[in-house]
Amino acid sequence: MNLNRFREISRYPSAIVGLVIILILVGISIYTVIALPYSETVVKWRGGDRIWQDNPRTVPPAWVNYFRSEKLPESIILSSSDEGVEKERTPLNDELTDIVITFEFDYTADEFPQEIILSFTSTYEQKSPYISLTWKTPDGREINVGDFSIDRTASRRLSQDDKLTKKLDGQTAEIGLFADPNSEELKPLKGTYQLEVAGLTFEPESDFDVKMVIYGKVYGLAGTDHLRRDLLLGLMWGTPVALAFGLIAAVATSVLTMIIAATGSWFGGWVDGLIQRITEINLMLPVLPILIMVGVFYSRSLWLILGVIILLSIFGASIKSYRAIFMQERESGYIQAAQSYGAGNFRIVFLYLIPRIIPILIPSLVVLIPSFVFLEASLAVLGLGDPLLPTWGKIIDDARTNGALLRGLYYWVLEPSVLLMLTGFSFAMLGFALDRIFNPRLRGM
Amino acid sequence: MTTPPQDTVGRKARIDTLKRIGKYTVIRFFMLFFAVTVGIYLTILIANMGGYVDEIRRAEIRENIAISISMNPEYKKLSTEERKQLQKKLVVLEEERLGLNKPFIIRSFTYLKDALMLRLGRAMNMTSDSGSRQVKLILLERLPATLLLFGTSFLINFFISLFLALILSRRYGSFWDRFVVGLAPTSAAPGWFYGIFLIVIFAAWLQILPYGGMVDAPPPEEPLQYALSVAKHMILPLIALAISTIFLSIYSWRTFFLIYSSENYVEMAKAKGLPDRAIERRYILRPTLPTIVTNFALAIIAIWFGAIIFETVFNWPGIGRVYFQAIGLFDIPVIVGATVIYAYLLAITVFLLDIVYAIVDPRVKI
Repeated sequence: MNLNRFREISRYPSAIVGLVIILILVGISIYTVIALPYSETVVKWRGGDRIWQDNPRTVPPAWVNYFRSEKLPESIILSSSDEGVEKERTPLNDELTDIVITFEFDYTADEFPQEIILSFTSTYEQKSPYISLTWKTPDGREINVGDFSIDRTASRRLSQDDKLTKKLDGQTAEIGLFADPNSEELKPLKGTYQLEVAGLTFEPESDFDVKMVIYGKVYGLAGTDHLRRDLLLGLMWGTPVALAFGLIAAVATSVLTMIIAATGSWFGGWVDGLIQRITEINLMLPVLPILIMVGVFYSRSLWLILGVIILLSIFGASIKSYRAIFMQERESGYIQAAQSYGAGNFRIVFLYLIPRIIPILIPSLVVLIPSFVFLEASLAVLGLGDPLLPTWGKIIDDARTNGALLRGLYYWVLEPSVLLMLTGFSFAMLGFALDRIFNPRLRGM
Repeated sequence: MTTPPQDTVGRKARIDTLKRIGKYTVIRFFMLFFAVTVGIYLTILIANMGGYVDEIRRAEIRENIAISISMNPEYKKLSTEERKQLQKKLVVLEEERLGLNKPFIIRSFTYLKDALMLRLGRAMNMTSDSGSRQVKLILLERLPATLLLFGTSFLINFFISLFLALILSRRYGSFWDRFVVGLAPTSAAPGWFYGIFLIVIFAAWLQILPYGGMVDAPPPEEPLQYALSVAKHMILPLIALAISTIFLSIYSWRTFFLIYSSENYVEMAKAKGLPDRAIERRYILRPTLPTIVTNFALAIIAIWFGAIIFETVFNWPGIGRVYFQAIGLFDIPVIVGATVIYAYLLAITVFLLDIVYAIVDPRVKI
């Protein structure tokens, strides 16, 4: 009979929409957990600059260009160890070697890049290679960007090079090097650029490699945050975390609440009284402040918080409504029949009473899920998110603490928020429809 | 077999009602007070389980004594060793005086008594706007702001949803009815969440309403201007709270009214030809009021808890934001104190609604 009722879902379009979104979210979760292993994610997310150093800082996702007339640049990363990059070695004598590396790239965006950084690695015994950089613009100008010797690993932030800025009439490198000299307003010149890295090494075995990163103003599918992290990783991992958190909390609290209510109403007397009083006190406990204190004083682990949430919600308001139903059920004929053939208390509570309430339990369980998902997000927005895992709430928190809204970085707040909203709405839409299906009094309303 | 005169019956019934409500109120009062006590005691246990509260007190004592010794010219002549000895002795004396050497169980009850009487101690870092370090002053100073925002929101939401639910239950199946039913899932998200969206749209993008805060800076001198400025700052928070609660409450009350309007006595009243308004008031609203009040109480509890984050998102200078700042500064006395105040606020709201409940529900028994 119950299965037939589930088939009724197809009569509610909102339930189908909700179900489809939930299935998509579950699909993303499964893919994420398999494709991006937990341990790697934790290391990457906390990794800091070394892992993410080639990403631009706080830029929106690449697809914003579809909605803009002025296209934003994507990052250009070229390395002399890549294929397709010219690297000419001309030995001059026994010791001196001339190495010329030429990076060639097309620049088609309507805005300037964020920053330009060159990083060098070199091998030498005593005397370090000497480098000279030449920037060639599409209209044939050649600009000397700098001459210097390099250590074994070195990086040069051209955008912060004061000498270069002075040479470019006070414009920093990422603007000065790309600016169109014939244009009235400041805009980049489109075309093929070249950066020639000419180096002189002073030892036979000496060599060097260069990597050039021209940081764009868009990145990937989700953009980046203040630590250059790819938000996609956080958003994707946020999905299984949110679903698991919501589902575990909702199932655990509903099932435990139901068992407590059934036990209380079956045994009656002081057991029932005690459960009722605990429920009344529990309703009065300031749950969020207590959770915050646990987070501040002990641990911010997601799973500890989950445990405390379950503990604080099992004596919830729904005990009262379940109890009312159980009180009616315990008087019904089949329970008396069971008693007369000698069924034990345990058997009656778990096999006869509880199954009767499951149709009412399922909708409320589904509706409960988003409230726990949002509770986790609330804690994260208060800065009490899990220290290891990326979650949607933590991304919102990062965005808020870094002034994303004031700086116009809306994508940073909106992406996790939209995901949260989708999750919340999908479960709520499904739950409301289930409620109408399973709750006979609401039928047809 | 004499029937008592009409007015005596009326008076007796009224006295009975008063007695009933009075008894109920007193019992609820003690139950709620008991609940508050348990809640605060739990708070103290949680806060002190790692010895935090004790540690704060010890550190304060040590620092005070160290300062008083270094400031006292009489002790200037003592050697470092002697001074250390003296300091240790004074610390032990002071700890004994404050009862810190007693077992935790006894101390916890001292803390409980302090907390219940709102003796909340001194903040570690934070100060109130008037410069005081008293936790009580820091928190009570912010109470009016919180009450203003949430009180307004409660009242608006309660009456608007009651009114709309009645209208919709009459036009059941119409476009607006289906519209509200379709929007009911919006309550899955809390108010602060809609707040973020509203701030993006109205403050950041359209720039017609402020990002947050309670008044313009600097605050206007004139009282009327001041009130207008506060009202302007309240628009977005009120809308956010409304979106997150109003559709669900309209939906559930409308459903409730529909269930009750299919009762036989309503059909009977209709058959008698009573006007719609009378039917609504006497036969639908009256029996559903107790449930409405209960639902409202639960909704308020949920919103109180949301206040911490809600006020933070909107930069509203209420207790919630103090709480948030205290977390950031790790100011434990303020965190514990705010939890105590929240427990009281919650109890008071529930108590007031309990009285309303007793008035509207003639069946109330304890």
